[in-house]
Amino acid sequence: MAKHHISMTLNGEPTEFLCSTRQTLLDVLRDELNLTGSKEGCASGDCGACSVMVDDRLVCACLVLGAECDGKTVESIEGMADGENLHPLQQKFLEEAALQCGICTPGVLVAAKALLERNNNPTETEVRYWLAGNLCRCTGYDKIVRAVMSTAADMRENAK
Amino acid sequence: MSSDNRKYKWVGTRQIRPDGHDKVTGRAKFGSDFSLSGMIHGRVLRSPHAHAIIKSIDTSKAEALPGVKAVITSKDFQEQPAELKAAGEGMINYRDMTRNVMAREKALYDGHAVAAVAASTVEVAEAALELISVDYEVLPHVIDVDEAMKEGAPILHEEMVPSGMEVNGPTNIAKFVEFNLGDTKKGFEEAEVVIERSYKTEAVHQGYIEPHAVVASVAEDGQAQIWCCTQGQFQVRAFVAQLLGMPASSIRVTPSEIGGGFGGKTVVYLEPLATLLSKKAGKPVKMIMTREEVFRASGPTSGGSMTYKIGATKAGKITAVEATIKLLAGAFAGAPAGPACMCAVAPYDIKNVYVNGYDVVVNRPKVAAYRAPGAPISAFGAESIIDELAKELGIDPLELRKLNAAKKGTQAAYGPTFREIGYEETVDIAMKHDHYSAPLGPNQGRGVASGFWFNIGGESSATVNINEDGTAVVISGNPDIGGSRASLALMAAEELGIDYDKVRPIIGDTASIGYNFLTGGSRVTFATGLAVVEAAKDAVRQLCERAAKIWEVDAEGVIWENGHAKPASTNVGDFEPLSLANLAAQAPKTGGPICGHNAQNVQGAGPGFATHICDVEVDPETGSVSILRYTAIQDVGRAIHPSYVEGQIQGGAAQGIGWALNEEYIYNSKGQLDNPGFLDYRIPVASDLPMIDAVMVEVPNDRHPYGVRGVGEVPIVPPMAAVANAIENATGVRMSALPMSPPRLLAALDQADIKEAAE
Repeated sequence: MAKHHISMTLNGEPTEFLCSTRQTLLDVLRDELNLTGSKEGCASGDCGACSVMVDDRLVCACLVLGAECDGKTVESIEGMADGENLHPLQQKFLEEAALQCGICTPGVLVAAKALLERNNNPTETEVRYWLAGNLCRCTGYDKIVRAVMSTAADMRENAK
Repeated sequence: MSSDNRKYKWVGTRQIRPDGHDKVTGRAKFGSDFSLSGMIHGRVLRSPHAHAIIKSIDTSKAEALPGVKAVITSKDFQEQPAELKAAGEGMINYRDMTRNVMAREKALYDGHAVAAVAASTVEVAEAALELISVDYEVLPHVIDVDEAMKEGAPILHEEMVPSGMEVNGPTNIAKFVEFNLGDTKKGFEEAEVVIERSYKTEAVHQGYIEPHAVVASVAEDGQAQIWCCTQGQFQVRAFVAQLLGMPASSIRVTPSEIGGGFGGKTVVYLEPLATLLSKKAGKPVKMIMTREEVFRASGPTSGGSMTYKIGATKAGKITAVEATIKLLAGAFAGAPAGPACMCAVAPYDIKNVYVNGYDVVVNRPKVAAYRAPGAPISAFGAESIIDELAKELGIDPLELRKLNAAKKGTQAAYGPTFREIGYEETVDIAMKHDHYSAPLGPNQGRGVASGFWFNIGGESSATVNINEDGTAVVISGNPDIGGSRASLALMAAEELGIDYDKVRPIIGDTASIGYNFLTGGSRVTFATGLAVVEAAKDAVRQLCERAAKIWEVDAEGVIWENGHAKPASTNVGDFEPLSLANLAAQAPKTGGPICGHNAQNVQGAGPGFATHICDVEVDPETGSVSILRYTAIQDVGRAIHPSYVEGQIQGGAAQGIGWALNEEYIYNSKGQLDNPGFLDYRIPVASDLPMIDAVMVEVPNDRHPYGVRGVGEVPIVPPMAAVANAIENATGVRMSALPMSPPRLLAALDQADIKEAAE
């Protein structure tokens, strides 16, 4: 079967690719566009390691077909830093050791960024429920939750 | 050797990890992120039966499918001797290993590999699997450890002869072990209170988020390169070499970044298959497990069935303990029965202890290591019955633990006499912690439990290369699974006297650094750290020699201080100190490159102890348990990078909470796994947990220059009993089987209500 010719905006850049019908957005990112920052932990939307933004909506890239992305705007972990400057969440995760093995980290960061763009003053409970779709087996989530909340506090301070 | 009072510049500080930027930007290459040009893709055909004779396999249709480049079955693997061979610290039975990576005479569990295909695309490989025809004769199966030990149980290995005991006829018992200290008969005679109980735990998976992945490339001359996510590239090399009959020198294994392991990536599954497929196809082969395959065919750790008997005086002195611990091994021998027995009551000074254990095969995937293998299982029983004893005696459960705490000089039931240990300190801190006296509301309860793990040393090699600009590269050979690059760089910076950010730690492949035993046993910061410290000292010795040469004095007259060579005294001469950078720049004319090296089999691991406090709230309507507050206190020896030590404690506690409350394998009547995914095998998510307060106690290990003890494993030992004890205090119901999931707890609560009503 012929491949689909898809045009989308990826991390701010116009991007074209060909994909088969069964290829997910995650397959496209990893296998066609060589962006391996989004990870496949389950391929069933349970682990969140492939979290990306599609038209400003937080989704698991493993649950979206590549062919669905025509005309869409997609943001992945590779687009999170601004040139040499890390996103405040990325910087905070480093400073507060909010990662151990690092496999869940890209997805957690994308999801946390989406939260802070919607709510810059989340409670601990709000952070925990927002990130409940991002599995981490190493950290027990403690340092992740703290890093997200302290980034939010910094962002509020900077916005003053 | 203890350096308790020394002030450090780098050790003990919270620096940004050297691999951090790669990991927050998506640059870091994990197992499945690696690709080669011309690469093809491998998939595995797995048995749908829990136990079946493989009468024949017809691969001809698959081989004929366009795009298929190679098909392998057990026929492509040479037979291996049925003997235990030394490999690393443990003994490996390669006869079992070759059968585990590819079923031979029988498929022994749902998910057991029976054939593998490499093809131009994953889709073609999967289509080819459908074309392979396997003629199975399905046999009765057994999943449960107690069932497997019963007379008449389906037998997995007719030829298996148990070690440590004699049996008549075939058995599923692979091994019997026992440990005896003192005289338990006498001990129970001295007891004024005796309690006997049974406990059961489920097998649980390590639950790493990254599935197993490998790329293997075998050239026409037989030289093989393997890239994979593993806890030990040298183990992968040894196992592939043995299984495929290749010399170790022709296999180069490069470890990728590793997305969690917890012991589950200390073995091989895909690596020998991909290597063989690559050899047959003449192309690089990539293989990645699906999550379903991870659950059906890798890990887990054992489930256990235990009986405990404990005796004590009314004053709270434990006089004797007897226990039997039966562990399921999966399809091949290898349950951690020994460690489970040895750790059972290791935190306590008890004069009379007899513990025995069984290693029992069942139709499940072969167990792999999981964080303190065996100890969390036996500790669930021990720490639950000690809690019951405390209730019976009317003594505070921490007070009872303190009364019986092992100290320096205590002989452990498994043999050794403890040196400097910090168990009692963890109990003291727990008793004084404000958590322990905080008020509790309705349906809430508090539980405590302790835990022990040996920690290990083992073989490590390290190189410290001094660069021409005064920076340094540290090469070691252990995959960094949670911040070990940072801890190694901190110790190297401390020794060399240069800034942390001038030290670049690199993890070598099997051809670039001497042998390193795997990342496991909480050994890397301790043992490989020791090799790095010694390698740095070797570099410093060379730097001092260069300064002596420049000054034309004896090398003994030069000392190293704060990153500078200095004359040891004014007798040596009056010379301006030479910095490491200065000496590095002059290296070409003072003797050439400066490369420190160390390789040794590190001994002297310091055991780790922990005490945890857990508050729960039980919903009496649903049986659901919420963890309200959690405090984990642990003797860490010395925290080289405190944030990553806390992280180990928090992560281990979280895994233990999952083990306590939710995690289990659900097998259907055919022995097929019904929950091979994260939706139904429920590991803790962020909203399941509170903050986990990690309290580090530092009782330095006197056999490490910085006092390091391993820290990664102890924290998973106490949680299951801590949670069970908390539930008992909240509800009055003692849960003696894991997981304490809502349906099980609700049933127990209902049972208690019925009993109460009847009374």
